[in-house]
Amino acid sequence: MKKIISGNEAIALGFGDFGGVFASGYPGTPSTETLEEVARLGDVYCEWAPNEKVALESAIGGSIAGGRSLSTMKHVGVNVAADALLTLTYTGVNAGLILMVSDDPGMHSSQNEQDSRNYAKFAKVPMLDPADSQEAYEMVKTGFEISEQFDTPLMLRTTPRISHAKGVVVQQEKIAPQIGEWVKDVPKYVMLPNFGKLKHVEVEARLLKLQEYAETTPLNRIEMRDTEIGIITSGVAYQHVREACPNASILKLGMVHPLPARKIQEFAKSVKRLVIVEEMDAIFEEQIRAMGVDVEIGKNKLPLCGEINADILRTALGGGDVEVTSPVAGLPQRPPVFCPSCAHRGLFTILSKLKVFVSGDIGCYTLGALPPMNAMHSVIDMGASISAAHGMAKVNAIAGRDEKPVAVIGDSTFFHSGMTGLMSMAYNGGNALVIIMDNRTTGMTGGQENPGTGETLQGIPARQVEMVPLVKALGIDNVVELNSYDLSETEAAIKKGLATPGPYVLIDKNPCILRYKIRKPAMNVDQEKCTGCRACLKVACMALGLTATGEKQKVRVDPNVCNGCGICQQTCKFDAMHTIEGENNANL
Amino acid sequence: MQIFNIVIAGVGGQGVLMASKVLAESALVSGMDVKQNEVHGMAQRGGSVISFVRIGDQINSPIVMPGSADLLISFEPLEALRYIHYLKPGGRLVYSKVSINPSTVAAGLAVYPADVEQQIAAGCADAQGIEALSIARAAGNGKAVNMVMVGAVMKHLPLKEEVITEVVKQISQNKGIEVNLKALAGGAAA
Repeated sequence: MKKIISGNEAIALGFGDFGGVFASGYPGTPSTETLEEVARLGDVYCEWAPNEKVALESAIGGSIAGGRSLSTMKHVGVNVAADALLTLTYTGVNAGLILMVSDDPGMHSSQNEQDSRNYAKFAKVPMLDPADSQEAYEMVKTGFEISEQFDTPLMLRTTPRISHAKGVVVQQEKIAPQIGEWVKDVPKYVMLPNFGKLKHVEVEARLLKLQEYAETTPLNRIEMRDTEIGIITSGVAYQHVREACPNASILKLGMVHPLPARKIQEFAKSVKRLVIVEEMDAIFEEQIRAMGVDVEIGKNKLPLCGEINADILRTALGGGDVEVTSPVAGLPQRPPVFCPSCAHRGLFTILSKLKVFVSGDIGCYTLGALPPMNAMHSVIDMGASISAAHGMAKVNAIAGRDEKPVAVIGDSTFFHSGMTGLMSMAYNGGNALVIIMDNRTTGMTGGQENPGTGETLQGIPARQVEMVPLVKALGIDNVVELNSYDLSETEAAIKKGLATPGPYVLIDKNPCILRYKIRKPAMNVDQEKCTGCRACLKVACMALGLTATGEKQKVRVDPNVCNGCGICQQTCKFDAMHTIEGENNANL
Repeated sequence: MQIFNIVIAGVGGQGVLMASKVLAESALVSGMDVKQNEVHGMAQRGGSVISFVRIGDQINSPIVMPGSADLLISFEPLEALRYIHYLKPGGRLVYSKVSINPSTVAAGLAVYPADVEQQIAAGCADAQGIEALSIARAAGNGKAVNMVMVGAVMKHLPLKEEVITEVVKQISQNKGIEVNLKALAGGAAA
């Protein structure tokens, strides 16, 4: 049966069709929809873990217990899971284990542009790199086979143009899951140094066997056309190569680690000019040059940063003039913004006003760094808001600066890795104000469940973590609830938190309006009362705007966008804003 | 057949992805190869959204390059202008005339261009503005702007209108079917 599905959906489908038993992941663009689709298909058990390390470790357990297991995460998630990965490569697997990792060249929704192929080299594990949805589907099957044949975890890598691009998939016959024995094997699974030393030798031997496999597997295929140019490529870059150079010969790598050295040398000999097309790092190029192969075009002409596309290739290969049409200049940008009536808006209106240093984190609230709020001053990685604020406070104290930093973090990020930082702050006598925006969802990735939502990925009612007792248990005495829809209350609470020495935690429990579909009547602006002072525009709500005409431009509210939270109303000194009873057209 | 490149632009929350899905599914049902791709990361409402649908005998890249779109469908005038350079010479633009303020304009940091329609006309000889919101409201739901826009471009696509209508029926939620079909017909008549 033919379907048109995304790479993520294809991997989920493959997991169900090819004997998958257990899946655990943490949401992260562009990987998120994979487990959501496993849950929607409903055939196989799947769950959200609080972070990627827990997800991979749970999948390791699933494999040891004999079930084919999958762990999904974005590229930076592998950093969190790397501790498990780098020793998992020693133990190997029982049933097949696939770590699906989604890279983000172009940084559409990430804090960095790291290339996960480095992890495959680092961990000495095989990695597959699909070029479309059909391949993504089939590579789940091949991936499990490789994992079991070579006793290794396998990485299945995607990028946004694979994860989120939809293509035609022909479904294959389903393989029923077979759960193997749950065996006690101390030298295999207990990585004490004595056993680890033996295992390291096995890992090196395994890599050589995988290299041999790479030489003959149909995953790596040569497409001979014109021999003037030969291009070595993989993943979505293969599609751009086909688009830009339809007559070029291609060595398409489906398995991107380890590389098939003989096949590469043979291909290089059969063409006049050798080109390597890979997004991000020069991983193929460095290895291929080290094989003694001449490379004419690689990263000398192609970018290390961002995505590659057909126009970039045409320019690099000098295939005639590429006429690129330019966008219209000078248009107002349309960056992502807090949703109309989002609880973060009230908080950042006050943080912006108080001009405090805000140590931020990964989530919707990161948008508080953008104008006009400009109220977030560092964002590193998941959980860093609290631990970095702690370090800032310590150095501030040493420097004699009487300023208390503010950390802002969401519920899912707090469960992920904010808790440990807060425990450290309590233990080490820290001095920061921590604001937990507990909106009961993993918002930025589209509203996934987490240990605080009371439901699992599969929609089963679950034990709900209560934030206040949790924070107290970590060693914090000053824990106060916050309602950031009330601006004056919020300002007073933040000021009190800043004035009180020691760790101080504010918890806002207002739910995500998008996830929980909260609707309120829209506002209207009394044009007689509005003086056009623009004080309300500082709340940065897309429902607000200035009237196009008139002597003095006044503010108007777009009733198709407003969801009636009343934040702007509280900033108006002239009582110009009022609720239109019963009116809600907000297109949320 | 030659490849037919479609770009769909709009604002997060307007249903660009649903419209893309309708066109992609319709192409699949019609026996063509198709790829559809958009960048969606952050879930918040209000950001600029762009989606590509490529239809033909065989499609490789999921990306439409600037200067190569046969059809640009925009759910908002400023977004039409933002992506008008994706059109190939002689390409067609169909856009919704209802403007939505970017956050930069709402915050008073930028000005929404007053002459957006004139700039669109100057950039594309074959541009058509649609009163999509009022048509969607008349169909029963202001959120059906996406289906109005699909309806408005049906006659320009290498796809049969009956196929598109059937796909809309199949992927609409129960109570949404009637509204979506009305919106589709309303768009087609615009």
